[in-house]
Amino acid sequence: MALVLNEEQRLLQDTAKDFFTANAPVEALRTLRDKGDATGYSTELWKTMAELGWAGIILPEAYGGLDFGFMGLGLVLEESGRTLTASPMFSSVVVGASTILLGGSSRQKETLLPEITTGQLTLALALEESHHHRPTTIATRATAEGANYIINGRKTFVLDGHSADKLIVVARTSGEQSESEQGLTLFLVDARAPGISCQRTTMADSRNCANISFDNVIVSAEDAIGEIDAAWPVLEAVLDRARIAIAAEMMGCALEAFDRTVGYLKERVQFDVHIGSFQALQHRAAHMQSEIELCRSVILQALSTVDDSPEQLPLIASLAKAKLNELVKLISNEAVQMHGGIGVTDELEIGFFLKRARVTMQIYGDTGFHKNRYARLCGY
Amino acid sequence: MKQELSLENLDQFREETRAWLEENCPPSQRQPTTPDQQYWGGRRSSFPSEDAKLWFERMRDHGWVVPEWPRAYGGGGHSDLEGKIIKQEMKRIKARAPILSIGIWMLGPALLEYGTEEQKQQHVRAIVNGDIWWCQGYSEPGSGSDLASVQMKAEDMGDHYLVNGSKIWTTKADKADWIFCLVRTDPSVKKQLGISFLLIDMETPGISVTPISLISGESEFCQTFFDNVKVPKNNLIGKLNTGWSIAKALLVHERKLMAEMGSETPRAAIAPNAAAREYLEFENGQIADPQLRGELVDYDMNMHAIGLTHFRTFEERQEKVHSAAAMVMKYVGTEAEKVKSELLLAIMGSQGLGWEGEGFSEEEIDTLRLWAMSKAMTIAGGTSEIQLNVIAKNVLGLPQS
Ligand SMILES: Cc1cc2nc3c(=O)[nH]c(=O)nc-3n(C[C@H](O)[C@H](O)[C@H](O)COP(=O)(O)OP(=O)(O)OC[C@H]3O[C@@H](n4cnc5c(N)ncnc54)[C@H](O)[C@@H]3O)c2cc1C
Repeated sequence: MALVLNEEQRLLQDTAKDFFTANAPVEALRTLRDKGDATGYSTELWKTMAELGWAGIILPEAYGGLDFGFMGLGLVLEESGRTLTASPMFSSVVVGASTILLGGSSRQKETLLPEITTGQLTLALALEESHHHRPTTIATRATAEGANYIINGRKTFVLDGHSADKLIVVARTSGEQSESEQGLTLFLVDARAPGISCQRTTMADSRNCANISFDNVIVSAEDAIGEIDAAWPVLEAVLDRARIAIAAEMMGCALEAFDRTVGYLKERVQFDVHIGSFQALQHRAAHMQSEIELCRSVILQALSTVDDSPEQLPLIASLAKAKLNELVKLISNEAVQMHGGIGVTDELEIGFFLKRARVTMQIYGDTGFHKNRYARLCGY
Repeated sequence: MKQELSLENLDQFREETRAWLEENCPPSQRQPTTPDQQYWGGRRSSFPSEDAKLWFERMRDHGWVVPEWPRAYGGGGHSDLEGKIIKQEMKRIKARAPILSIGIWMLGPALLEYGTEEQKQQHVRAIVNGDIWWCQGYSEPGSGSDLASVQMKAEDMGDHYLVNGSKIWTTKADKADWIFCLVRTDPSVKKQLGISFLLIDMETPGISVTPISLISGESEFCQTFFDNVKVPKNNLIGKLNTGWSIAKALLVHERKLMAEMGSETPRAAIAPNAAAREYLEFENGQIADPQLRGELVDYDMNMHAIGLTHFRTFEERQEKVHSAAAMVMKYVGTEAEKVKSELLLAIMGSQGLGWEGEGFSEEEIDTLRLWAMSKAMTIAGGTSEIQLNVIAKNVLGLPQS
């Protein structure tokens, strides 16, 4: 049964729910924001999450992982989406570790994955170069020089880029055009290497991002992940996993905003009745419930596709990301509107969901990007 | 371990099903169809073709007209999962349903749940064998969405009920042999508590039927008048004045059916992305019109999600997991059907506007007729607005106004 959770999975979800509610509620994000926390997430919390095994949840047991697959990962991410918990789980585990797992040499896997699993090492993917997701439009260059490569270029919207220990840089190693799937290579670079300058960017959702520039950064050819010039298949496979994982987090974000809104409809009284008795609001809420049900099936199918039939990923990944983009947009907007005046105050947490929704909508492809990709995959 | 074993058995079941269908389903019955080329059963019925007859009789004798119903009443005695596999395998080879039947879709499940042994013996096998064509007498001129306000009276005359009133929008009442009705048996109590569920033979004196023409050009449904109609007392299903709960249980089947219509029945109507290839210009492998390309991808994505959700609701039923998914499917499924029809019309341009005659292919005309019919899908079986009311109340628990 791919679309119904089993006992073990339900248990994991309950554990995650209890954990995030107790240790990292939305209030925790507010605190990080208000005190301008230097790391942007609680390193203590991350340590505990790693102790629970979640930093290695998708990794094989050989590297100290839990090997729960993406279904397990998705459940934890969904719960962390409900509480808007800031952690490097997505950037370091889903994106970083997947890249090493899918593209790395056995030496890289053996040295890096166990460290990711214990939470000691964090990774970030330095991919985007413009304000829209264009994974094959890469102008950053890595030029061979003896046994090394010299990297020059500028990256933006690097998730957890300012706090990661190591960066995975997508660079062009051959070809003149800046827009091509060919000629791309992935490099593992120390985040503090000479020539790297990192500017932390303060985003709407109070999570962590960075603009990073590379000025003659020297990296050994041995630190290439996978083949030179041939990174695209690995990168695409990683991105599809990332899109599905972030969609699972977005599901949690949407569900929580929706639950809080339905709760408010049952509590707020105007004209001597609960506002939830107004049909204008009931129908909009019921419509949102319908969209949630469709998205729920898409997410479950997408997560199990990663685990069971990864060759079918592109279509379902684009479906999941596009659908969840639309869902979080709809629900976060309606959530604010249905709360009335208090909905636009910083005091109420609904605004945090609205802002997180907007940032996630841009991560690894906006709605237009994925609809276009889905259409192409369907042959039109 | 146990589960693995049963899965293996199911694989075997699938293979046997496949082999049986391969041998028994005539090739002509694996073509897309329109409802009027299909067998509906009934006293006055005739098969549209020899192959249709052969196909129906083979399925009937094999117990596969309704695989999930008990063998004692002509069903196949199969589990839901086996039934699903049979449907999947039929769909895979594009096999037609051997019979279209409101009796199977709606009345049968209610009879099996609420009928007496005698009633089941009398009616269920007749449904499976295609002997009786049923129609549904719920709506009245004054009672549509507010179904519980039905007025058609059934008075207890000692040895029979005397029925007076009228039903409307009764699909295929002019062809049907019997009608199942909601009738008012107690006007003095809260409206839901004075309704009974009554079966009436359409040949009973006092019944007359007037067809109503639809915007699709068909006359699918009728107004049915009942003038001093005498109905035997053992035609009452369930207890007197408990018809409302039977009606509601039956509506669940109707809504599930309508939700699945788009994705389950093989029809002549072309899929929008196939139509796009035929009717639209492409540039560099893409549909040149950005608006239509956008609408098409929205539709395809939505149908992809709906298909997965049908699958999920099925798995949930298997696992006895309760979720809201089943409750939203009538709404999302029928709304999607309307979108599909609009999209097809837009893709075909003026070729999609042909009503009849020369200048248009059969498929084009059919597309337009189905477009008109699609407007009815969000009305019949409870309107979209009523579906949203039900979700708001039963899923979200919102207070009633
Ligand atoms: C193709 C087709 C086949 C049918 N077949 C049958 C059949 O075989 N047997 C049978 O008995 N009936 C049948 N019907 C009837 C069908 O069930 C009714 O048409 C339907 O329930 C709506 O009732 P109504 O037409 O009286 O519309 P009304 O109830 O008058 O509705 C008019 C409008 O008001 C809206 N509305 C009504 N109440 C509310 C509310 N509380 N909140 C918000 N909006 C509301 C509706 O959504 C609709 O938009 C069929 C209908 C169609 C279209």
